[in-house]
Amino acid sequence: MASALINVPAKAKRGDIIEIKTLMSHIMETGYRHTASGEIVPRNIITSFTCRFNGNEIFRTDLFPAISANPFITFFTTATESGKFEFEWIGDRGFSETASASISVE
Amino acid sequence: MQQPTNSSRRKFLGLAGGAAALGALPVVIIRPAEATPAMLAAAIQNVTGGAAVRTGKVKLEIPPLVENGNTVPMTVTVAHPMAPEDHVRSIHVFNEKNPQPNIANFHLGPHNGRAQVSTRIRLADSQKIVAIAKLSDGSFWSASVDVVVTLAACTEEVI
Repeated sequence: MASALINVPAKAKRGDIIEIKTLMSHIMETGYRHTASGEIVPRNIITSFTCRFNGNEIFRTDLFPAISANPFITFFTTATESGKFEFEWIGDRGFSETASASISVE
Repeated sequence: MQQPTNSSRRKFLGLAGGAAALGALPVVIIRPAEATPAMLAAAIQNVTGGAAVRTGKVKLEIPPLVENGNTVPMTVTVAHPMAPEDHVRSIHVFNEKNPQPNIANFHLGPHNGRAQVSTRIRLADSQKIVAIAKLSDGSFWSASVDVVVTLAACTEEVI
């Protein structure tokens, strides 16, 4: 079961630069590992992470097998208005997860 | 009676020597596929399109000595304003010796306020990590760090 952890401040002053931390549980199988019998374990990773604020994309990451299991990504944004952050993770084998967080800006 | 003993001893030594010589060779051949400096250069070329990359502005924070290559914390900061007319467009992180040269691409914009990202990465070997920032004026800036890894990622078997 995939699940996300999001850390967004609930409140901020207009113009503040806030940090957003995200963690998505995922095995991030590289495709370079072998089983004991010598078969390659097929790749299964998250390939893309996107953050939108009130519908506009504010941050995007392309992920590769070199990202650790349970990808942890943090970034910053300027608080301009109250609204909703939407997070989306897309990956191999049709993996798709979303999460959201609200912020009130004074 | 003496003769056969000698000859078998000689044979044994000869075989042992041959095995040792053969043993030295596969060490080079058996190594898993890894990104070579040439692949690293090609991956950077893909991003920059051949434009000059200057050293500076970018700060790549990563522990110089890593015990476990499976999760290595990494922070990239670009000392550059994030104004609409002049900002950091993207940050690209590469490595030298993982099976693939790419680690991650981060796409930013003026609304980010600060050009700083963190994540956790895998390192298959002691190697050089390169971070490249693309600015809105089309220039590229970079920083690189050498990391020593004691336990490499990607080597364990799956049961």
